[in-house]
Order: sequence, then C-alpha cells, then structure tokens
Amino acid sequence: MTTLGNRPARGLRQRGTQGNGKVKADPVEAGVRWLDVRLGVAKGGRVFLDKIFPDHWSFLLGEIALYSFVILIVTGIWLSLFFNASTAEVIYHGAYAPLRGVKVSAAYASTIDISFGVRSGMVIRQMHHWAADVVLGSIAVHMCRVFFTGAYRKPREANWIIGVTLLTLGLANGFIGYSLPDDLVSGTGIRLVFSFLLSMPVVGSYLGFFIFGGNYPGDGSLIPRFFILHVLVLPLVILGLITAHLTLLVRQKHTQFPGKGRTEHNVVGTPMYPAFIAKTTGYLFMIAGVLWALGGLVQINPIWQFGPYAPYKISYAVQPDWYMGWLDGALRIMPSWEFASFGHTIPFEVFLPAIVFPGICFGVFYAWPFLEAWLTGDRADHNLLDRPRDKPRRTALGAAALAFFFTLFSASSTDVLANFFQISLNSVLWFFRFATVLVPVVVFFVTWRLCLDLALTPHSGKRKRTNVVTRSATGEYATTPSDDRPGDGHHELEPTPVPVFIDVGDRAEPVGADLGSGVRRIPRR
Amino acid sequence: MTTTTGRDGGDGTVRSPVAAFDDPHMQPYARHPERAERVVAVCLLFGVLGFVGYGICFWVGGQTQAEGALLGIGLFGFGFGLSAWGKYLMPRGPFSEERHSYVSSQAEVEAMTAAVVDRGKMVFRRRGILGGILGLGAAAFGVVLTFPLLRSLGPQPKKALFVTDWKKGAYVVDTNGKRVHRDDMEVGGMLTVFPEGFVGQSVDQTMMVRASTSDVKTRPGRDTWGPDGYLAYSKLCTHAGCPVGLYMEQTQQLLCPCHQSLFDVLDGGTQVFGPAPRPLPQLPLYIDEAGFLRAQKGYDEPVGPGFWERS
Repeated sequence: MTTLGNRPARGLRQRGTQGNGKVKADPVEAGVRWLDVRLGVAKGGRVFLDKIFPDHWSFLLGEIALYSFVILIVTGIWLSLFFNASTAEVIYHGAYAPLRGVKVSAAYASTIDISFGVRSGMVIRQMHHWAADVVLGSIAVHMCRVFFTGAYRKPREANWIIGVTLLTLGLANGFIGYSLPDDLVSGTGIRLVFSFLLSMPVVGSYLGFFIFGGNYPGDGSLIPRFFILHVLVLPLVILGLITAHLTLLVRQKHTQFPGKGRTEHNVVGTPMYPAFIAKTTGYLFMIAGVLWALGGLVQINPIWQFGPYAPYKISYAVQPDWYMGWLDGALRIMPSWEFASFGHTIPFEVFLPAIVFPGICFGVFYAWPFLEAWLTGDRADHNLLDRPRDKPRRTALGAAALAFFFTLFSASSTDVLANFFQISLNSVLWFFRFATVLVPVVVFFVTWRLCLDLALTPHSGKRKRTNVVTRSATGEYATTPSDDRPGDGHHELEPTPVPVFIDVGDRAEPVGADLGSGVRRIPRR
Repeated sequence: MTTTTGRDGGDGTVRSPVAAFDDPHMQPYARHPERAERVVAVCLLFGVLGFVGYGICFWVGGQTQAEGALLGIGLFGFGFGLSAWGKYLMPRGPFSEERHSYVSSQAEVEAMTAAVVDRGKMVFRRRGILGGILGLGAAAFGVVLTFPLLRSLGPQPKKALFVTDWKKGAYVVDTNGKRVHRDDMEVGGMLTVFPEGFVGQSVDQTMMVRASTSDVKTRPGRDTWGPDGYLAYSKLCTHAGCPVGLYMEQTQQLLCPCHQSLFDVLDGGTQVFGPAPRPLPQLPLYIDEAGFLRAQKGYDEPVGPGFWERS
C-alpha cells in the first residue's frame, strides 16, 4: 500500500487483486487469470509488454527483412497451390495467346497460368519475386548497419553468425526460387551452377551428376528437387534461424546508441505495448503495401517474354537477380587460368570466382567479430553502439568492402556498359580488373580521412539552431538561440521505468491521449 | 492488496509505481495531437477505401495494375496510420529498463565445467572401449549416410562428360530435325545443329557457320574438316557451358552472352578474349554424295567447361 503513495487504490484494481469471484471481475483480468492459472503468463507476459525497443530508424532495416520474409511465406504458400514443379513437356493452351501451341515444361506453363489465368495471380507472383529481392537487400543493409555500428561485438557474436547464415540461405533460396519457372533466363543460371559444380577438383563431376540426376540438364529431377528445397527445407531452416535470431535478441536485449540516460546497463526507448506494437504492425502493413504495389505496377521477371528453357537457346544480356551480380561480375573479370596437367584439369577460371571466392567472403563474414576482437584486443561487453565516424578503421574497412562488392556487381554488366557507352568490351573488362583492386583502396583511405576529419569537427551532424536577432527600442541588437525543435537531444526527458499503473480514473483526460491509445492500467507485480 | 513495486523495487528505491496521467512521459509525441489524430484517421480511411476498392476491382474481373494500386495504397495507408498513431499519439516515453545480467557466477561456471568434464572422464576412463566403438559407429554412419543422400540421386559420371551423340556419319540436322544440305546456307549464315535423332540435346548442340573458304585459317590436321566453308563448333562455351549464341557476322566471331568470351570462327574457334580457357572444339564435317552435311567423326575432345577428370 505504501508504495502507492498518496494515490488511493481505486475500485477496479482492488476488485481485480482480490479475485474472490464475489465482485464482478474485469473481463480482461478474467482472461489473464484464465491463462495464468494454466500457463503462468502474468509475470513474464507483463515483462514482455514492458520490453523496451530503442528508437532509431536504422533498427527498422532488420524488420524490413523479417516482414518481407513473412510476405514471402504467405505469397509462397499461395503460389504453391498452382505451381506444378515438373519438367514434363506439355503443350500450352492457356490465357497467354502468343505461347499457345508451344511445347513447354509443366513448370513453365503453370507459372504462365498463375500470371495470366489466376485472378490476382500476376500481382502475387510478382510480389513474391519483389519480396525476395527486397528481403535480400534489407538483409544486406541491415548487416551494414550492424557492422558499421559495431553491434556484432561481444556478447552478440552468435547472432552475427546466425545472421550471416541467414544471408547465405537467403541467397541460396532466392536463386533456387528464381530457377523454378524453367524459363530461358533462369535455365541459363542452372546451367552455370552445373558448371560451377564441375569445376570443383576431384568431387566436382560426381556432385554435379548426383544433384542433377545425370549430365546436364539431368533427368528432369532438378526442378522437383529444387521445389522441395525451396518450399520446405530451406524455409524451415530459415524460420528456425530467425526464431533463434529473435530469441537471442530478446535474451541479450537490444543495443542502443549513446544518448541521454542511456548506459551500458539499461535500454531506453518505447515499450512493446502499446506504442511499439502499433508502430511495427503498421510497418508490416506499409511494407506489404509497397510490395503489393510493386507486384501490381512494376514488372519483374516477365518469363513469357524470355520463353521456355531450351539448352541451346540463350538471350542477350544474361544477368542473374541482383544479389548474384557480385559473383557474376567476379566470373567475368577472372582471367582464364585453367590448370591442366598430370592428366587432370582444374578450371580455376570458374573454381576460384564461383566456389573459392564466395567461400572466402563468407568465411571472413563469419570470423569478423572474432577477428576484430583479436586485432583490437577489445574483449569487453558492448551494449552501446559506435557512431561509425568514431571508428575510422572499421568504417573505412566496411566502406572498402562495400566498394569492392559494388565494383564486382557493376562488372556483371560489362556487355551492357560496353554497348551503352560504345566502347570496346576489352577496355571495359580491363577497367573492371583494375577497378576491383583500386576502388576499394581509394575508398578505404577517403573514408578513413573523412572519419578523422569529422572527429575534429565538434557539433558536426547536429541540427543547427537558428539565431534570432532582435532589435530593442534603443536600437541595440541582441542574439538569442531559437527554441528547441522536437527530437533535439537535449529536449528529451530523463527516461523512467515503464509505470506499473497509470492513473486514468476520474481525471480529466489530457488532450490527445485518449483511452483508445491503449494507455490503460496495466497491472504488474 | 498486493504491494506493487517498480522495476528496481529490490533495492528499496521505488521509482514509479503509479504514473500520473499528465506525466510528460505519458503524453503524445505530437505537438498538436488533434491534428495528428485527423491525419491518422485519414490514413486509416485510405486503408479501408483501398481494401474495399481492391475487393470491387477483383469482383468485377480484376486488372493487375488497378489491383496493385488499390490494395497497395490501402495497405500502405492503413499501415502508415497505425504507425503514426503509435509514434505520435501513444505515450512518448522515453522509458527505460535495466539489463539484467544473465552471466553466471564463477562457482556456477566451475560446477558446469566439472559436470561436463568429470562425468565424461568417469564414463570414458572406465569404458574406453565402448567410447571407441561409439566413435567408430558415428564415423561409419556418417559415411554411409552420404550414400542415400548423394549417391542415390544420380548416376556416376563415368565417361558421360567425354562423349556426345556425334558419331561417324551422323547427319547434321537443324533444330526442326531437317537435314542440312550444302546449298542450304549462304556464306555468312549461321545455324544451330544437332546430330540426327538428338535434336535439343544439350551436349550435342553445335554452331555451324558458313564462311568464305578463302578466309578460313585451317589448323594443322583439320584440312578436310570444313568442306565448302562449313565450320561446326560445339556451342557449349568452354568457360561455364552457356550456349555461345551470339554470332557477329562482320567479324565472324562467336560471343558468349554469359561472360563475354569471344571465339574466332575462322581460326579454329580459338578464344580471342574473355575468361574462356580453351578454343571451342571443332566438329569435322564432310559432304556426302547427295550433298548432305555429315560428321566425319565425333568431337575429339570433351565439349563444354573444364572438369577434374579432363586431361
């Protein structure tokens, strides 16, 4: 009682805590009690409702990935109701006139049917493809955020590793899904995968033959195999890892940027209920809205224009989905260093860029938190994030890595660039061979220098405040800074714990904070 | 009545058991909550209108762009309204929560270590032979597991990568299965061909061009391979196996559209540029008495990209 101070405990609360059934109980409390008696949810649930989510726009990047994945699952289940994962040859008789009478695979025909013969099918199919591109993009950007702010440092190395694994699996499943429609462009991608497998010393041809069910293009079992990987195996693993990712996040709590009242030992922000739930649910809807609109308005992967796959056909400007571009670029700029001796061949021109290179990249990603701790000797726990400019070496290294991948990505369009600028393919190729090495080095030093210079500039990056000049009656001029603007650091209140009860009883309701906003009494003990 | 305490009630400092409704932390973030409320209401209404609009659009037959716009606007408006409600009209905080350390004490760490190590030692010291067999079994199981997981999936490569269906005397046919006659192609013409009976087979795909005989640089040992200027090369790129599909008639070069390897048709299919390590294998042709193009023999080397067993 004493802790309630001068505020008298009022009717409802007393009724609730007595809970003897004699007084008519609050229906919400009755529900909570029903669950609590069976599952014991009240204590933990209350803590969960209070869970604090720090506010920063960059923390939403991972949410884009999460919600796009949710949309992938939902649209993917819907698509699987129509898709026929078979390479059996059928004659197309559907709604798309130009293809009628053409011999195509069942997979291709059913994908065309989803697009033209099923209501809203085109939108949902394209939404699925867009969501796949967005999920990988947002994982990449989220990973950059985590890298540049040092969020992967102790104790969060495990979550970084899970995240890198999610990226790998996402890339794999994106590629596999892209291959399922059995169109001309994706078929070329599958052909490349067979060659990548072949390039591996000793085991290559065996792996290729086993996975494809024979020499390329195999015995037709690849599409069904890809299908079960795409819709069951990989999504299950990804789902499990996302669960682990979020469980670790809850257990270790969020990182936060330094600021008023924020320390290594607390988390400052918005509680789960009501504000965060509202914001994040709204965010889910917004992402769904953007993806749906993209699906309806912006064409992606028009397989009816590419045509069905035939091993001897190919189109101009063959390029994979964007997230595979860096590997394609690496393949293009690699010199033809085939090793052939002692009765064996190692096609390094494929093996290095397609197998070894991504292996090294992901190896470095996995090892990075430990590498950094080893290089800097920093083995302390970190819950407060770094501002990128305050860590010039890490930031420069990250920027150089981004520049490296972006140059490789650009190199996957050598032919298009040569055509567009009317220069020889040879020059473009040699440009990229040098650029891949030089651009990251330049970017490293420029970024490093910028970070050091910014560190010497106090108040840089803070919002400028207007000075108001007033002239008095006597003609004197005086300068006063203008009022604070919302969001200015010093304008923030001192953070407080989430209140146990909020007194919403007989008081006049303050403007704007209505009961509907969810601020009701939230019993906790 | 149970005592209600704040988060850190344990140390006796009860901070905020009951919040006043007019506590600034409870106030909306928006400076003008009525305005914010109106904006939220409009956004949510956009959502409702978008949902209904999509429903009507679907009902009357559907149209991809209209569906995309209507439900897109609906979902976005609905979400924006909800997010804005959460951001501008719900308690702004900031609120804080303590990080409770989940790290165990030194004694607990030692106890855990001891439990793992000592019990393990106890088991394996006494029963080392069982441990050995256990390890052997695990290894054996791991190996045999790859049999169904990998080996069952497909055949062994054997010689499949070394052979094609081009045999001695095989008729050259186009993609429709029609035999190619010596008069069928003009100089500068290009055709994708297969051995008769194997149209569409990936390994057999062959690019046949007709060049002016005076331009052809004949490689040693290939004097008879290109009768009447008909030159046939495997269409599988020696880099990564894409069909070398772009024939540039002016320079008489073949370009692979995947990674831009360039091959010289007139000079035995040698690679001019790009990542391809080897020339395109050439198919020896002859023209029979009836004037049809046929293969003298199969390819004399494996077609397509490199692999370990290739010498």
